[in-house]
Amino acid sequence: MAAEARLPGFPVDRANTTGREPLGDPEEIPELSEVDCPDQLRETIETLMDRYPDKDSSEGYKSAAIPALWAVQRTYGWCTPQGIRQAAAVMRVTPAYLESVASFYDLLRQSPAGNHQVLVCTNISCWMRGADGLLDAFCREAGADRDLAGHGGAVSADGEILVSGFECMGSCDLAPMASIDERYFGPLDEGDAETVIEQLRRGEDPVPAKALSERDLPGGDRESDDERVTSDKGPNR
Amino acid sequence: MSGETVDRAGAVKETRVLLRHAQDPAMATIDGYRSYGGYETLERTLRDQEPDEIVNELEDSGLRGRGGAGFPMGKKVSFLPRGSQAKYLCCNADESEPGAFKDRELIQRNPHQLIEGIVISAFSGEIGHAFIFIRGEYDQQADILDRAVAEAYEAGYLGRNILGSGYDLELVVHRGAGAYICGEETALLDALEGKRGNPRLKPPFPAVQGLYGGPTLINNVETLSNVPHVVANGAEWFRSFGTEQSPGTKVVSISGCVGRPGNYEVELGVNLRDFVFSLGGGMLEGRELKALYPGGSSSPVLTADEIDLPYSFEAMAEAGSMLGSGSIIVADDSVSIPHMALRTARFYHHESCGKCSPCREGTNWTVKMLERVVRGEATPMDLDIISSVQQNIIGHCLCVLGDSMAMPVGAMVKKYREEFEQVIAAGAMQGFPGEAGREAQADGSAAGDPDAGPEAAERVRLVGRPLPEGPQEVTHG
Ligand SMILES: Cc1cc2nc3c(=O)[nH]c(=O)nc-3n(C[C@H](O)[C@H](O)[C@H](O)COP(=O)(O)O)c2cc1C
Ligand code: SF4
Ligand code: FES
Repeated sequence: MAAEARLPGFPVDRANTTGREPLGDPEEIPELSEVDCPDQLRETIETLMDRYPDKDSSEGYKSAAIPALWAVQRTYGWCTPQGIRQAAAVMRVTPAYLESVASFYDLLRQSPAGNHQVLVCTNISCWMRGADGLLDAFCREAGADRDLAGHGGAVSADGEILVSGFECMGSCDLAPMASIDERYFGPLDEGDAETVIEQLRRGEDPVPAKALSERDLPGGDRESDDERVTSDKGPNR
Repeated sequence: MSGETVDRAGAVKETRVLLRHAQDPAMATIDGYRSYGGYETLERTLRDQEPDEIVNELEDSGLRGRGGAGFPMGKKVSFLPRGSQAKYLCCNADESEPGAFKDRELIQRNPHQLIEGIVISAFSGEIGHAFIFIRGEYDQQADILDRAVAEAYEAGYLGRNILGSGYDLELVVHRGAGAYICGEETALLDALEGKRGNPRLKPPFPAVQGLYGGPTLINNVETLSNVPHVVANGAEWFRSFGTEQSPGTKVVSISGCVGRPGNYEVELGVNLRDFVFSLGGGMLEGRELKALYPGGSSSPVLTADEIDLPYSFEAMAEAGSMLGSGSIIVADDSVSIPHMALRTARFYHHESCGKCSPCREGTNWTVKMLERVVRGEATPMDLDIISSVQQNIIGHCLCVLGDSMAMPVGAMVKKYREEFEQVIAAGAMQGFPGEAGREAQADGSAAGDPDAGPEAAERVRLVGRPLPEGPQEVTHG
């Protein structure tokens, strides 16, 4: 799904242009009765709003904006214009406001994002350990456009799997690593890419042996014998 | 393994305080944590101590912030106005700097240590609302925190009238959604308030006017995780670890071209080279050390000859770099420094919030110029332009994201100028990978294997894999 320039002759900003239009008037707070918001989504957002101290503020309460957009994304798979209107109606903010927040954050997707998401880190440590090849392999196996994957994400031809190059995800010890459906795996080789894509298509858990949660501290379970840390005070026992 | 590794194996040992018992999976549960003495410090503090006593203890301990700037934690608490007005604590768990992954380990293995640290710190600042701002990518870790916070509420360590002391504290886990800049403390406040994460002008500093306009204490996960230990054992005990100016232990993340990447907790002040070659596992088979970032991707790189230093805030600063978040990224002789500079710049370009011109434009042009270098289309003059762009970014921005690119990129161009020049000369002489390389690919001769042929091999040796055509990659993150 390549984006097209809106004005002939102008370059396409492939990072940001998703061809997405807001629904209705983005500057007006929609009424709850107009937006057909599922009860569960409404309740989730209301609970979220209650957690923040600005819930009673006169300026309106916006602190729940990011968690509410997460809730929209978990309900619809991405931040759909309709979902944004529903969240805006519950939060009493304009859809334009939520659009502006959603567009700032990379994990909030503003176009369809498939049923599975594979984010491949291509930052320094992972790059050193072969991340570019790994991203190529995931694109190849999933049938996702490599060029788009390097510019914000590409959904496979069958609409199932989103593959995206990504910045450092804070697991450089797993390099090269990927976040697959919000869980970390690594180190992955190009063969793993094939396995992962097959497993995702079959609905299985991907490469369980390479999960971050399976990883021990690299220094093993050797405890310090230093007398200073074996005192019996506080959590040092 | 190289001889160096063998010689230095065992030269540095771990001193696990924060990661003590971390290998025990029970540590992530409230019962496990309590079985090792967890929450006893909080109970004693609330029963027997005054907020001021704790602030003094923290100040005396010399505990410095572990999130990047190394500012003394106790001092930050003491800047907060006293009294019962609405004040806030924000734990910074955004951890998005390339190379850093220590907070992930601390949260995953020992979430209650962090919660205990937050409650004690909040009590010392008479704060009633606390937040943990965790990056959206850390979904698994945020789930662990959610569970731990619920356990702590259940056990009466959070909420109203904690342990019958009359002290109230609410703690909310707030997930971000993928933006490095939200780690900057004032951008974090905006993100918490439900806005786009743009840094604010300082002053006013958050201690005076922060979240919702109230005085706010912002500290890193590791800083706060240290608090129960400092309060339990005292400032003098804490100072028995580390150096005079950098007391304590540090969870150090090491990654890149090393044998055993991961998190190791050591006393501050251990020898950096020994650390890399002992705990870090040394170089990969047949490789040699070329350069390293001592404190995450924002720190100026050190060459292989510059690392016989104590790993402390002061020694790193003296060497013209910084300890930052304590994340070491190691490059061996297979790594192209110009390409590494490009990867580094690309990250900051993508993450720049765009509020100030030197950062927004400077990161963009630096990426474009480094791409020219790597594509073999640059001239030697470009190196001077790159350097001058970096100099003009430093100190001219609202937050230090711009500097965070300018410092490492500037250092790479300065310290590895010969390599940059070599790459430029090779590109000019052979017309690669610019024209010749592209024509070859266009007529299909090298299709499928852009790395084939002797010319390409030389290019790969110098700058790594060819870049894709078209505009620069903008990976998300
Ligand atoms: C661009 C930028 C990103 C930052 N990212 C983080 C981060 O991810 N985690 C963190 O603890 N501090 C980060 N910091 C530092 C914070 O602004 C702040 O200094 C720190 O959280 C204070 O905590 P400490 O005193 O305990 O270190 C960042 C700073 C900047 C300028
Ligand atoms: S330095 Fe960069 S990231 Fe920081 S405020 Fe300015 S434009 Fe934004
Ligand atoms: S560089 Fe890939 S996770 Fe950090």
